[in-house]
Amino acid sequence: MSGWRRKAAGYAGATAAILVLWQLGALAIGSRALPGPVPALTAFATAFWSDLAPHLAVSTWRVVAATALGAVLAVPLGLVLGRSPRADAVAAPLIFLTYPIPKVVFLPVLLVLLGLGDASKIVLITLIVFFQLLVTARDAARAIPAGSVLSVRSLGAGRFDVFHHVVVPAALPDIFTALRIGTGTAVAVLFLAESIGGTTGLGYYIVDAWGRLAYDAMFAGILGMALLGVAIYELLEVAESRLCRWTRVER
Amino acid sequence: MAGLVAEGVSLTYAGVGRDTVALDRLDLSVAEGEPVAVIGPSGCGKSTLLLLASGMLHPDAGSLRVGGEPVTGPRLATALILQDFGLLPWKTVFHNAALGLEVRHVPRAERLERVMTSLTRVGLAEFVDAYPGELSGGMRQRLAVARALALNADLLLMDEPLSALDALTREDLQDLLLELWRQRRHTCVLVTHSIEEAVFLGRRVLVLSPRPGRVAAVVDNPRMGEPGYRATQEFYERCVELRRLLAEEGALGALVGHETGRVDAGESA
Repeated sequence: MSGWRRKAAGYAGATAAILVLWQLGALAIGSRALPGPVPALTAFATAFWSDLAPHLAVSTWRVVAATALGAVLAVPLGLVLGRSPRADAVAAPLIFLTYPIPKVVFLPVLLVLLGLGDASKIVLITLIVFFQLLVTARDAARAIPAGSVLSVRSLGAGRFDVFHHVVVPAALPDIFTALRIGTGTAVAVLFLAESIGGTTGLGYYIVDAWGRLAYDAMFAGILGMALLGVAIYELLEVAESRLCRWTRVER
Repeated sequence: MAGLVAEGVSLTYAGVGRDTVALDRLDLSVAEGEPVAVIGPSGCGKSTLLLLASGMLHPDAGSLRVGGEPVTGPRLATALILQDFGLLPWKTVFHNAALGLEVRHVPRAERLERVMTSLTRVGLAEFVDAYPGELSGGMRQRLAVARALALNADLLLMDEPLSALDALTREDLQDLLLELWRQRRHTCVLVTHSIEEAVFLGRRVLVLSPRPGRVAAVVDNPRMGEPGYRATQEFYERCVELRRLLAEEGALGALVGHETGRVDAGESA
């Protein structure tokens, strides 16, 4: 209980500090392009249900679907590669060559091939999340101490048991770290993809408001994007503290 | 049921550029219910012997039998306790102890009962929901023992199980292992670096030669397990004898330094 209270107090303090800095920044710069928190929050509140909510929903769907898809594809593959030297010998060169290529440059190609709707954005973000999780899961599975595997195998565990009892839980904290970094990138790329192609999503909303010189609405969109990022981060935090409880108790 | 017999067992590890002969035609026989300690210089193949006996490795030549059956893979009633205890940090005390039963698909109700019984036996019943990271070294070792007990193991293979513990905890755990053996009379092979531990927990002590490992000498230790044995003249004499045999094998430099002090203390008792 006191843990929750301390956390809530921390968030309240941080929010207050950000609002104060924002207000000071707005006053110092004195431009219409940077409204202070009061007009921005007012615009956010008035535009939310009428205007913003559908775009927020579309953006949320795209990020969540793409992240889930990327994770479902990358994590099992990465773990298997990390535990199987033979599979890794085949796949590693392919990964090393493709991982460093910035996937975002394929945005124009995807927009042409898949259109301006959800598909192009989801595929692009899936690609980015996929590679980050693949490399992390592979490295985490490789780093598992031989003793952990040996002790479970000596109990009569087969391949599946070793994955279930050792490989997956051992790699989970690293996978959560990669997910947090990956979803951060994902929201950033989402903004880019939505601002370039299509007429839906927060990225479109922000750039559209910008074009209309509706700076308060633009800031409402920016707040929506920030909210999306914070919500995903917090969700991962809660999931990790549930699934990786042991990492919180180590002394 | 679960005596261990090794005949002409050889194993070579293929290395980069150079192969390492870990065991060379090793013969060994442990009777059912007999506690045997294995001691020898570092790298003499002691751990390899346990991995072979547990079915985790397969010999290049020779054969191993447990309870008359050839060892082909992990056996249901063989428990292997490793130096680092083999605990999984992401599982609670309960689930660590239950791991062998879970892997073997023992029904939930029976699992619960067997795990709680074995945890109670090693004094960890109050800590079922703790994680290994929250336990002391001695408690972790108790947990590793509880996992073996939950399996109803009739053959216990232990690879320097107490080497990471401080001297007092170590004696405490030695007493626990002895007490469990007295109650259950399982077959037991204990690999150790400690002369005193070998004499305290082995009714026979096998001295292995430096690599490649073979049985160089056997010390009979019939009074092992008697109350207060640790403080007797005979215990001390066995330690001295073992020390001499190990010196002949050129192994003493490899043994832990604090042994000297512990054996001297035995003399004054």
